[in-house]
Amino acid sequence: MSAVTLIGALLVPALIVLVVVHGLIKGVDVYQAFIDGAKRALPTVARVLPYIAAITIAVGIFRASGALDAVLSVVAPPFEALGIPREVLPLELLRPFSGSASNALLQDVFMQYGPDSDVGRLASVLMGSSETLFYTVALYFGSVGVTKTRHTISASLIAEFFSVILIVNFVKYFF
Amino acid sequence: MSKIWSALFIIGVLVSLIGGHGGEIMGTLTESAGSAVTLCLTLAGAYVLWLGLMGIAERSGLTQSLAKKLRPILRFLFPGVPDGHAAQALISMNLSANILGMGNAATPFGLEAMQEMQKLNRAPKRATNAMCMLLIVNASSIQLVPTTVISLRAAAGAANPADIVPATIAATFVTTLVAIVIGKVLEKYS
Repeated sequence: MSAVTLIGALLVPALIVLVVVHGLIKGVDVYQAFIDGAKRALPTVARVLPYIAAITIAVGIFRASGALDAVLSVVAPPFEALGIPREVLPLELLRPFSGSASNALLQDVFMQYGPDSDVGRLASVLMGSSETLFYTVALYFGSVGVTKTRHTISASLIAEFFSVILIVNFVKYFF
Repeated sequence: MSKIWSALFIIGVLVSLIGGHGGEIMGTLTESAGSAVTLCLTLAGAYVLWLGLMGIAERSGLTQSLAKKLRPILRFLFPGVPDGHAAQALISMNLSANILGMGNAATPFGLEAMQEMQKLNRAPKRATNAMCMLLIVNASSIQLVPTTVISLRAAAGAANPADIVPATIAATFVTTLVAIVIGKVLEKYS
């Protein structure tokens, strides 16, 4: 296990201990405070379930029907022209829609090319620097009943586009 | 969101019918709905843990002092959220959890922050600039330790699963800056 992995594994448990100890030092009834905080969990989950279900169902049927693959094959050539390797393209295009699907594609890339290949590393960096946009938007805005999301999706997709081009061109200098 | 959702749904069903997979439609829909419920149960576990711990951090003053330290950044990114407002503390918890790669913790903090920001919203159906910015920053992912990717690399037998960390930090830093700039520009026109 390398130092970075080890720090990553120990950091969060250490933070948790720190929060509890700090609470005790400050004279907080930590048990009651934990209970009061945790009470908010189930109402939050109950509030977001319909939104998570709506987006999961729509993305699910869109993927299973083969429509997603069709869209990907149509939009692929212009992206390839910009220098984004064909191997990581499906992964990148799927990323905004589904976390589990893009994780599965990342595993495919590792299986086919190996995690230490150029393509494997590029895919890793791409995955580590973006999120499942549509799911996050549905969840966050859904939880407060906001329907007009304004520039959130367009700004995120434009940013994602520029970011991919930057990463594809500069990642090789790190290895 | 309404347009995107109905497009995904309708096109999905139509393409299934055309492609001769009509019989599988109901199976796919039910399976997706089921996986949403499973996901929520997993989330519920994470929320109980992290919101419980946040209950302690709130009462001991830890969240407020974190918010105070991040105030210059918060003022710039979320000018609509006044200093000392509950949303400020929650946003700082959300950003910190993201940076540490604690995705499961970031979400409940983010949702609580949305709740507080909604109280400042005069048009409850319409997102405020601050809400859009929180989403944009979250969507661009600001994590320093990409835990999921590292564990997938380890599982695939990488020589050093964490060797992508420096490149990811550089990438995530630049991409988040790009996202913030684009968000700040577009918020004036939407």
